[in-house]
Amino acid sequence: MDPIRPQTEQEKFGRHRPLTDRDAHEINRIEELSYDLKVREVMISNVITTPPNVPVSKALELVRVNRISGVPVVHDETLVGIISLEDIVRALQNNELGEPVQKYMTTDLVTVNTFDSIVEAIKIFTEKRLGRLPVIDEHKKLAGIITKGDITRGILLAVQRDYKEEEVRRYRASHLFDDIVSDRTTLVLRYNIKAGDFTHGGNASSHIKRALLRLGADSQLARRCGIAAYEAEMNLIIHTTNGGMLKLEVEPRKITLSTTDDGPGIEDIQKVLQPGYSTATDKVREMGFGAGMGLVNIQKCVDKMEIESTRGKGTKLLMRIAVPSEILNSNKGSS
Amino acid sequence: MSMNLTEIIKISEGKVLTPELNTDINIHGGCCADLMSDVLAYSRPRAVLLTGLTNPQVVRTAQMADFRAIVFIRGKKPQQETIDIAIQENIPLISSPMGMFELCGKLHDAGLKSYEHNGSD
Repeated sequence: MDPIRPQTEQEKFGRHRPLTDRDAHEINRIEELSYDLKVREVMISNVITTPPNVPVSKALELVRVNRISGVPVVHDETLVGIISLEDIVRALQNNELGEPVQKYMTTDLVTVNTFDSIVEAIKIFTEKRLGRLPVIDEHKKLAGIITKGDITRGILLAVQRDYKEEEVRRYRASHLFDDIVSDRTTLVLRYNIKAGDFTHGGNASSHIKRALLRLGADSQLARRCGIAAYEAEMNLIIHTTNGGMLKLEVEPRKITLSTTDDGPGIEDIQKVLQPGYSTATDKVREMGFGAGMGLVNIQKCVDKMEIESTRGKGTKLLMRIAVPSEILNSNKGSS
Repeated sequence: MSMNLTEIIKISEGKVLTPELNTDINIHGGCCADLMSDVLAYSRPRAVLLTGLTNPQVVRTAQMADFRAIVFIRGKKPQQETIDIAIQENIPLISSPMGMFELCGKLHDAGLKSYEHNGSD
């Protein structure tokens, strides 16, 4: 091993350093931003161009004065080529700086569109090892130019913007609880769920998920709660005699979801906790439910699940989810 | 690498059932199932859901599990309620004439990753 070169991550952690959930989340975020960013948002649009019939020495002057590495060649508003430093050097070697630009320009052009995502540009940069790409608009006219540096700057700005938005969102959420003073503040949302109402199945959970996002929960936490609420809501619709109530309680550090109903109650709780055990009808199965996975799924999504049931009286299902402290209390220090 | 939904529509020879929704969105992977509980338990967020079911619960499931779009296989058309909820929740619906196996294979060949997981995380 080269003694001067610092160890790479791979050498330090071995070939298969496990990718944590957080890593995956961060990578996805950047990838996500790259897809959302369009070429037109990061390209340089005031492009210095040259007509094809001027001498190469003019192009050399443009390159030198503006400290750029190449100039797009435009004829009748249409991009016909690009003259780069290498092209100019070739002209210089042949002692032909007086020859027109069109003799030395590169005409085999790779371009991107203004409406492409920057991922397209990244792909081309990686495959073709080019320094800059001309950008073409809907009418096939030159709209700008893009370099790897422009892309990096665009992504950095987007990350910064994204981070600020998230900060503001969390700030608002944490202050909802900070501003209301009590010994124990709880926000409670209650939903009445009708038995057999398959058409509206999931509406309540949908509201619950949205409320949590509004309160500043991150997407992973909202997803876990949403899935647990939805399975619980479907259970009320599928299995109860008279429906029941789905309740969400939000406190600064924990979320509690619960359902209560008045029957028929569960005969053998151990059995319903077994994956695949089901008492659902064919109608329910045709809808993609009733595979005996509901409570098993809930258990995977929440930190603690308790179930209490009396045959003939009803069932109580309690689900608790701890809120990671950085989510709802990220601004404690600054307030 | 992710794939744009417009490319998925092209590959699946799909018809967009929700023309009012933007299809220029980024899809990270694919997940196929007819069992909604499986979708809820074994999927990762930001994927496309391929399914043979067309009831409103499919859209609710997709919404809960953070799916970005749904493709119905074998040319199936959902009921109006399903389309209404999809528009409300901003989840584009596509109908593809292909069968499940063919569609999964084509999308996977084109580079779309599996966003199903075995439940270990």
